[in-house]
Amino acid sequence: MLSFILRKLLASIPVYLGIVLIVMLCLRVNDPVQAYLGKSASPESIAAQREKMGLDEPFVSQYVSFIGRIVTLNFSEESWERKQPVGEILASAVVPSLAITVPALLLTTIVAIGIALLSAYMRGSITDKALMFAAVLGMSISLLVYVVMGQYFGAYWTAQQGLDVFAISGYEPVHESVPGNWIRYCLLPVIITVILTIGYDTRFYRAVMVEETGRDYIVTARAKGATKPKIMFVHMLKNAMIPIITHVMITLPFLITGSIVMETFFRIPGMGQTLITAINSKDFPLIQAFTAVFAAIFIATNILTDVLYALVDPRVRLG
Amino acid sequence: MTADRKAILSVQNLTTCFRTDRGVVRAVDDVSFEVFPGEVLGIVGESGCGKTVTSKSVMRLLPERTSFFAPGSRMLFRPASRSAPDTPGNAKDTLPREVDLASCDDATMRRVRGARIAMIFQEPMTSLNPVFTVGWQIEEALKYHTNLSHEQRRARVIEMLKLVEIPNAERRAGEYPHQLSGGMRQRVMIAIALCCEPELLIADEPTTALDVTIQAQILQLIEGLRRRLGTAVMLITHNLGVVAQVCDRVMVMYAGRVVEQGGVHEIFRSPRHPYTAALLSSIPKAGKREAGRRLPIIPGIVPSLFDLPKGCRFQDRCAYRQDRCVNSEPTLDTIESGPTGETRLVRCHFPVAAVSTPRSAGSAT
Repeated sequence: MLSFILRKLLASIPVYLGIVLIVMLCLRVNDPVQAYLGKSASPESIAAQREKMGLDEPFVSQYVSFIGRIVTLNFSEESWERKQPVGEILASAVVPSLAITVPALLLTTIVAIGIALLSAYMRGSITDKALMFAAVLGMSISLLVYVVMGQYFGAYWTAQQGLDVFAISGYEPVHESVPGNWIRYCLLPVIITVILTIGYDTRFYRAVMVEETGRDYIVTARAKGATKPKIMFVHMLKNAMIPIITHVMITLPFLITGSIVMETFFRIPGMGQTLITAINSKDFPLIQAFTAVFAAIFIATNILTDVLYALVDPRVRLG
Repeated sequence: MTADRKAILSVQNLTTCFRTDRGVVRAVDDVSFEVFPGEVLGIVGESGCGKTVTSKSVMRLLPERTSFFAPGSRMLFRPASRSAPDTPGNAKDTLPREVDLASCDDATMRRVRGARIAMIFQEPMTSLNPVFTVGWQIEEALKYHTNLSHEQRRARVIEMLKLVEIPNAERRAGEYPHQLSGGMRQRVMIAIALCCEPELLIADEPTTALDVTIQAQILQLIEGLRRRLGTAVMLITHNLGVVAQVCDRVMVMYAGRVVEQGGVHEIFRSPRHPYTAALLSSIPKAGKREAGRRLPIIPGIVPSLFDLPKGCRFQDRCAYRQDRCVNSEPTLDTIESGPTGETRLVRCHFPVAAVSTPRSAGSAT
């Protein structure tokens, strides 16, 4: 297991170097300084900015120095727009993103697996049909409807009634806020994210479970005298975990990036919003650092997925 | 075979129905039979004759939503009383003297399944759960049905693996199904089935998916274990060679009906139903006289359960058909009590003439 992880890490080094190379090349197709300062900028100011960023050096030495900074985890390069080190910007933006995405993913996965088990257990019944109808309905309604309804009825209207449970939008950093208040800001975006994703997940998990209910080992377990819950939660669930893990792991890197749409609507200063403003303001160092960090997280989750497979499925041998 | 011996399973007028888009079909139609302690009852017939549905009916393993037993179906199971506290099974609870498996509640059924009646299946490759060790899967049955401690259960698992002749039992217990061959997996299935010492083992084509050398080993194993443990066996198969090798009595099924029933020697020597006779004559025989001769086959196929003929269900394929066969279905009648006291039942208006009995074939059990 340990040697597998080491080998995977070693193998991912060239992949990562390649990603960084492509990203850096893409960002230099058009002169980033010219793009940032605009057409009216004087040649002197462009040259000065270039020199300051090291963009006047040959590409190879820029590449080596950027890789060097990634390896030493040195993200002190300053954002052009915000005049702050990019590392600081990203670090402060990741917490609000995670505050929305992590509870939403946990809640969605647990509830979806529960509903899927119930639905597969009662396959063909009215309960099953009603749950699946609700799932399709939930995923068919536009995000905008949920946002508007949530902000109007969930936050504004309840506040009018004297129930101050949800904030309409905005965010307060955890360490500067009363804990209850922080939760108030996160609650509505989390609930809406759950509603948005749970329909699809439930249907997918149910399909996985239904496929498992038809397997021969289920009949064997029944023939042994196992109770239905034992069959569902022990025999079936462990087999169903294999596709479920894949599904969850694919979404993991996007926890960090956060939801661009949700963060915009709820004015949450997370990674999604940071990225959008960085792109709009052509903030070259911030975009470059963001991409490098995201690529690393993506590779790491892929390795983690392989390891989790081996833990759940004995037929997968890492070696 | 003594008549006063009490059957452990007495199936009476079992009719198993399925709801389908085209209406209700009776996959098993008015089937009655008995299984006596320690004997091997063979159930034979072509695919689609109702053999597997019969066995799954006894275990109540058919889909609950789409299948049901017609009123009047009874499956009386008489478990032996287990008073000895030191038996390896050490059963958790005692069942009533007689349980009707067709009508008992699910909780009672679960106490029967795996503990008193166990089953092994056709497909050893897929019948075990791929993500649990075989030791865990054997232990699971013990967990449900006995009060043994964890250590006692582990010991029993090893003992069972040794009993089914798996080498390196201690190591194998920690392995997963994919690490074992098909024959080994079927041995594990047998170990699961027998670990609680059931009174009845239902084997549904246990050797069909295995190659011939392994088939013989598995059959010998079942036969040997039956002798050692005294477990009665219901063996479902379409392989008449297997029947001749291990069964005491045979029940022949056709299109959901029992067409002939009797001792294995009597049936093989002198089949009375045309279907049984045709099945037996289509077994290839080795020998000079047979060389170059075409193997007789039964023309046609088993009729669809949606479209059964009015009279005898075998009429379309029968060489002896007469007008009466088309108009009225024969009943299952006792036509003789064989020399060993074995009752012979045949469902035919014009049974095939009996072959004169040279001498008694000896006791069937």
